[in-house]
Amino acid sequence: MAVVRVDPETDKAPVSVQLSGVSKTYPTRGAPVQALSPTDLSVKSGELVVLIGPSGCGKTTLLRLIAGLIKPTSGTVDIVGTNLWRNNRRQGDAASEMGVVFQEANLFPWLSIEENVALPLQMRGSDKADRSRRVQALLDLVGIGGFGQRWPRELSGGMRQRAAIARALSYDPDILLMDEPFGALDAMTRDTMNIELQRIWMETSKSVILVTHSISEAVFLADRIILLSPRPGRIDSSYDVPFSRPRTTELQSTIEFQTIASTLRKRLTEIS
Amino acid sequence: MSEPTSPDGRSSFLDSKWLPWVTTPVLLLAMIATWQIYVSRSGVSAFILPAPMAVAHAWIDLLGSGRAWHHVLMTIYATLAGFAWALVFGVGLGTLIGRIRWLEATLTPFIVATQVIPKVALVPLFIVWFGFGITSKVIVAAVLAFFPILTNTVLGVKSVDAGHQDVMTSLNASRWEIFRRLELPSSMPYIITGMEVGIVLSLIGAIVGEYLGGASGLGFLLVSRMNAYETDGLFAVMIHMTLLGFVFYFGIGFLRRMLIPWHQSANM
Ligand SMILES: Nc1ncnc2c1ncn2[C@@H]1O[C@H](COP(=O)(O)OP(=O)(O)OP(=O)(O)O)[C@@H](O)[C@H]1O
Ligand SMILES: [Mg+2]
Repeated sequence: MAVVRVDPETDKAPVSVQLSGVSKTYPTRGAPVQALSPTDLSVKSGELVVLIGPSGCGKTTLLRLIAGLIKPTSGTVDIVGTNLWRNNRRQGDAASEMGVVFQEANLFPWLSIEENVALPLQMRGSDKADRSRRVQALLDLVGIGGFGQRWPRELSGGMRQRAAIARALSYDPDILLMDEPFGALDAMTRDTMNIELQRIWMETSKSVILVTHSISEAVFLADRIILLSPRPGRIDSSYDVPFSRPRTTELQSTIEFQTIASTLRKRLTEIS
Repeated sequence: MSEPTSPDGRSSFLDSKWLPWVTTPVLLLAMIATWQIYVSRSGVSAFILPAPMAVAHAWIDLLGSGRAWHHVLMTIYATLAGFAWALVFGVGLGTLIGRIRWLEATLTPFIVATQVIPKVALVPLFIVWFGFGITSKVIVAAVLAFFPILTNTVLGVKSVDAGHQDVMTSLNASRWEIFRRLELPSSMPYIITGMEVGIVLSLIGAIVGEYLGGASGLGFLLVSRMNAYETDGLFAVMIHMTLLGFVFYFGIGFLRRMLIPWHQSANM
């Protein structure tokens, strides 16, 4: 756990993720692809930031750079004040502050749903009774409580994705990185999951960086929405979302909500 | 698993999994009947083709003979010992080759070269080097089973899913943990497929080794029946060998269901 210190003079929350001039160019068989041009981004501790943008604009790339799954071509990534890459090596301490939910569920097919969710805890050496209690609570939380004993292949895509969310939550990381976590869910479940995510986030003061294609999901969840534009990927604009918490589904039908949503939609259409 | 159904929705016997349980005995009986009819009609010499009943008698004699069981045990030992070596080296080297680029580049030409040699051609050499005892048979069995296990392991290690790799990286897993919790289980279906091919080759290796040298094992027994012109006995030994092959093959199938119950192949 990082020591979280609030600077009393400026009264600003500490920064949990800081990107300075971070860019990514993928080498390919043909010409190298610049997926992200040099980007600055700062996410405060406890902030919920949503990334949105057209397909291929570098959202996944940005998230993987923060997670330390790929190394930036230039610039530095700081996680709670620690440089993520030192001497070309990913710093394990900084990395273990983060939990990642991928665009695909990425469950291990040889582990039951339960065992998949328990995997991070097992690797951290938590004891068995604790583990199974925690895993059951998490499965209930994401709404697949009765499926712990099943193989991943026996679950639907949406259920697998929920298990992946439970796995990322299992070790209670300070920073949650989510790449279209609810993309495979139906509208109803998606609303429920949004409300659950808001609840978890409010209870645990995690920083969340979430990628989505859904404008209403973005406006519903975010403290701040960051719009990315393609070719090459860069931050186009950012929007503060001032609604009080906890937000409810009724919020979505208010004029204020619709105004932000349509501003976003307009800008998205322009840059696509 | 749901029962297969025909287009009109009714479960058809032709699609059912019980079909082989009926057709196999029927076809076997038909073959034996044809064999019997051919032998009695053509009057072919019993040295060339003995009648089914003569073979059955010879086989029952073999079952009752303690000496024959000794030979069976020797063949089982050579097969399993050779197979075990092949497994250790095949999986070990396969894991390294699958992961270390330069090692693969360096070793591939040699592996291909040794793979295209008809390996049974090496048997006389092994006998010269390791003698007429059991060692040379174990080595032949090991050499034959080694390659399918090696190549399947390499394939398995290389087929580890990139998304799964990301999960382990994001969980800050150590090299050992990545091997134990991801690479090994993920290549297990491939390794087992290699073992399925390998165990049968091990048996062949052991038997070929016994043909050429020594005084024990089913291969030796077969050659001695041939030299004694006991063709019905020859058939009886062949039945033993076939049954042994089945036992080994199904043994691996059992392992498959034990080790990878999560895999589709375990439910077939
Ligand atoms: N491993 C890679 N090698 C080469 N190019 C890549 C690689 N990964 C991504 N790209 C390229 O980088 C750009 C950004 O990709 P990225 O996956 O970050 O987009 P995205 O915003 O997540 O898209 P989507 O909404 O469809 O998930 C794309 O043009 C893509 O082709
Ligand atoms: Mg993406």
